[in-house]
Order: sequence, then structure tokens, then C-alpha cells
Amino acid sequence: MVKWTEEERRIVREVWEKVDIDEIGEQLWARALIVYPWIERYFGTFGDIFTTTAILNNSKLAALGKIVLRGLDTAVKNMDNIKPTCASLSRLHYEKIQVDPDNFRLLAECITISMACKLKAELNPQVQATWQKFLSAVVEAMNSQYK
Amino acid sequence: MVQWSDFERATIQDIFSKINSDFVGPAALSRCLIVYPWTQRYFGSFGNLYNADAITSNPKVAAHGKVVLAGLEKAVKNMDDIKTAYKDLSVLHSEKLHVDPDNFNLLSDCLTIVVASQMGDAFTADVQAAFQKFLAVAVASLRKQYH
Repeated sequence: MVKWTEEERRIVREVWEKVDIDEIGEQLWARALIVYPWIERYFGTFGDIFTTTAILNNSKLAALGKIVLRGLDTAVKNMDNIKPTCASLSRLHYEKIQVDPDNFRLLAECITISMACKLKAELNPQVQATWQKFLSAVVEAMNSQYK
Repeated sequence: MVQWSDFERATIQDIFSKINSDFVGPAALSRCLIVYPWTQRYFGSFGNLYNADAITSNPKVAAHGKVVLAGLEKAVKNMDDIKTAYKDLSVLHSEKLHVDPDNFNLLSDCLTIVVASQMGDAFTADVQAAFQKFLAVAVASLRKQYH
């Protein structure tokens, strides 16, 4: 189990409170698809994702981004139980959606970069280090049901 | 040889003309030392790196951050042949400095976050994709002379 200091818990909570889930969630998948285009393979049922404009205006992507960040919100509220919290999601991504788990890390990077754009200097080095430790724990939990 | 679209060329030129090089270089290097502490092993002669405050206010770290950014500016001026422009730098990092080339990716990540924080909403997905492609080419060029 991941060990958290009081300071780390405080930092994760405080930085997450500053995140507007709807605002960042809406553009999250657009960012991932544009920066890492091979991810398109998972979005065959999402309609038009073939141009930058289409990606940026795709309402299914926007909705999914908010779902992902709400999932992250649950992890923030369960920092001592991230693995069990994510277990069924991990199984879903492995068995049903068949996502290459490397992509969890890429999406995590997009989340951090989106936060950097909004929070700017508030995402200082110490906050970044702690936030990345938290995201690594989530990524590991998402990997946990893969065999 | 790397192919650059007009958008990518213009975006990279634009980023480097807008960022404050005196700030970005030092900020990225100190962030790297804080977020990925094992990278401190290469800076034994830099004095006090014992905590985030010491690293952020260390003048040798700041000076070296500027050197790193100047190196990237050289790549911007030689975008069509970064490999040749970086040949000596690559030999230096391999044979003299003995830097594990995986660390180039860590510094790239920190550079991306610092530039994202500086540019805010202007660091759109397209801009991020172009910037990350540029950094990937710079990193590949730095790795080229390793054997």
C-alpha cells in the first residue's frame, strides 16, 4: 500500500480542490488524442475524431473526460485504498475495453499538463512531485487487474 | 530526417520567442532535481541540493539551467538537422558526463510543464504536440552518439 505523509495528503487535496473537473475534463481527451494520435483506436464509436476541430468539439469525448476526472476525485477521497477503489475499473479496461496500459501513463501526463496550464505557478515543483506520486498510484491501480 | 509542418515550425519559433529563457531553463532544471531526486547524482559539485528551497535558490543550478536552454535554442536554429548540431553535446553526455539517457525524457517532461504554466490556455493540444515532438527530436539527437 502506498504510504502518504500528512503533508502529501494535504497537497493532493488542496491542488485537487483548485481543479474545475468540468473545465479540464472537457478538453482532456482532446489533448490526449491530438498529442498521442494512436489512442484513436479506442474511440471507434465516438463519431468524428478525425480532425483537430472535430476532436475539440466532440461531445462524447468531453463527457468521457468528466467521467475520468470524477473517477480521479474518488481516488483523491480514498487515498489509502486506491487499488481496491480502482479494481473493477481496471478489470473493465483489461477485459472489455482492452486498453494497452501504457496509455494510462499518457493520460496521467495530459492531466498534469492541463493542470499546469490552469494552475501555473501554483503547480510548483513540490506540488508536482506529490501530485505525480498520487497519479502513479492511480496508474498502478489501473494496471493491477491486468495479467 | 525529421519532417516539420509549417504549423510545427511556426509553433516552436513562437514558443521560444515568447518564453523567458532566463526563467524557463533554471525552473525546468530545478524542477527536475526536485521531482526526480535521483537526477541530483549528476550535480555533486553544485553544492547544497538538500531540499526544494536550496535547489531553487542554488546559483549553479540556475546557471546550468540557462546553459540547457541555450542548447535548446541552438536546436531551434537548426531544426532541420538537430542530429548534427547536437553531435558534440551527445558525445559529451555519453563519454564525459555519463548521463543515463532516460534522464533526458525527465527533463523534457519538466520543460513541458514549465512552458505549459507560462503559456496557460495558449498551450493548446496542437501546441503541446508540436513542442513534445521537438523535444523528442532533441532527446533522440542527444542519444545518438551513445554506444
